[in-house]
Amino acid sequence: MIKFTEEHEWLLVDGDTVTVGITDYAQKALGDVVFVELPEVGASFGKDEDAAVVESVKAASDVFAPISGEIMDVNGALEDDPSLVNSAAMDAGWFFKMKASDMSEMDAMMDETGYNDFVAGLE
Amino acid sequence: MSDNQTLLKTPLFDLLTAAGGKMVPFASYAMPVQFPMGIMGEHNHTRSKAGLFDVSHMGQCYIRSLDGRDPAAALERLMPGALQSLKPGKMRYSMLLNDDGGMEDDLMVTRSFEPDGMLYVVVNAACKDKDYAIIEEKLAGKVALEPLEDRALIALQGPKAEEVLASLAPGATELGFMEATMITLEGTVCWVSRSGYTGEDGYEISVPSSDAEALARRLLSHELVEPIGLGARDSLRLEAGLCLSGHDFNASITPVEAAVTFALGKKRRLTGDFPGGEKILAQLAEGTSRLLVGIKPQGRAPAREGTIIQDTSGNDIGILTSGGFGPTVGGPIAMGFVSAEFAAVGTEINLIVRGKSLPARVANTPFVAQRYKRKIT
Repeated sequence: MIKFTEEHEWLLVDGDTVTVGITDYAQKALGDVVFVELPEVGASFGKDEDAAVVESVKAASDVFAPISGEIMDVNGALEDDPSLVNSAAMDAGWFFKMKASDMSEMDAMMDETGYNDFVAGLE
Repeated sequence: MSDNQTLLKTPLFDLLTAAGGKMVPFASYAMPVQFPMGIMGEHNHTRSKAGLFDVSHMGQCYIRSLDGRDPAAALERLMPGALQSLKPGKMRYSMLLNDDGGMEDDLMVTRSFEPDGMLYVVVNAACKDKDYAIIEEKLAGKVALEPLEDRALIALQGPKAEEVLASLAPGATELGFMEATMITLEGTVCWVSRSGYTGEDGYEISVPSSDAEALARRLLSHELVEPIGLGARDSLRLEAGLCLSGHDFNASITPVEAAVTFALGKKRRLTGDFPGGEKILAQLAEGTSRLLVGIKPQGRAPAREGTIIQDTSGNDIGILTSGGFGPTVGGPIAMGFVSAEFAAVGTEINLIVRGKSLPARVANTPFVAQRYKRKIT
């Protein structure tokens, strides 16, 4: 199951393990990504707290923890090659995996069709 | 785009919007921050081929004498450069000083070929009203300032700029760095200088507004030329170690503090006959308490303007005035003010980014070697 937020993050849900990244729309809006700061494995975040930072040539942007939970893993490949966020936003450019503490937080999130409609409304 | 409706538009607005320029407000103008190629691509294109920049928002003006004397003598009352010695077709970087020796703005002064020694001056967009007012007030009766509202300014920058411009006008190759002349491009007489703010060879072309779009279209039709936005303009000038008005200096910063003393004329730094001269001469002799320096973060994280600089013991010693990612450098670069005792190249400092202390070193500028085409004289 994949879910999307209005902050242009995607959540790939596998049981209570949730992989988080930013969408293709988001990476295009950011431009060339030159640096990613990832959270510590084991850190806990509340829903919508700042968990990571993504920097393009132009500016720094926060990446939110879209749900409450603990960081289980981070994508270390982004530290060596931040441009993966541009070239593979929806797969190899993932940011972190969380263990969800409240699955119901995802109930109101958009599915793929809903997100595509949301983005179409922005353009 | 509703935000852009109240903004001023340059003569290239329609052309650059059609080219995919993402327009943003900048100094009261709607200007392209980037094109579909993206900031990184535009930066690299300018370093390897040729980039076209719309800089029509900058202030272009003529300064003529009203009293029969050299208008450069009048301007020297406000600027510390050797301007009277400018020969026709030569230009110099200078700055407008206030009575405290602070830099109100930096600018380019070019001597025209007019018999009265008329000067052509280009100032920063955000400062043009202020600069014009200062010149008109302080030099009343001595000079007349004529804003050139009906002219666009196009910068063509990069190692292939010469080849591109020569394809329109072979004479373009004869100009040396910091020289200017009249060149006919596409049937229009333009005022062309070999100058720019990217660290690359290139030209700045002052063209009547009515002919600007056709000229820009012709230049962009060349396979080596791409349009470049403000984003890459900033990363290019930062790599070249060039100061940005309102960021790396302001009206409370002297040329000594901003480390642009090369712009002080040799004789003038003996006499100090310019605003704040006594203070500036004292700073030249004794040094200043703060100094603008290049800074190289040791890690990969960019540090932006406003970042606090600390010594390795955790004491605040300064602030970044520019900072970001240098695509040609392949890593983060910055400039900032530090207390003078930390200004030596190689000094270890820390940058406070999102609450973390990141190691950095004071570095030589430019970060990327300038590649100007100087004439061998």
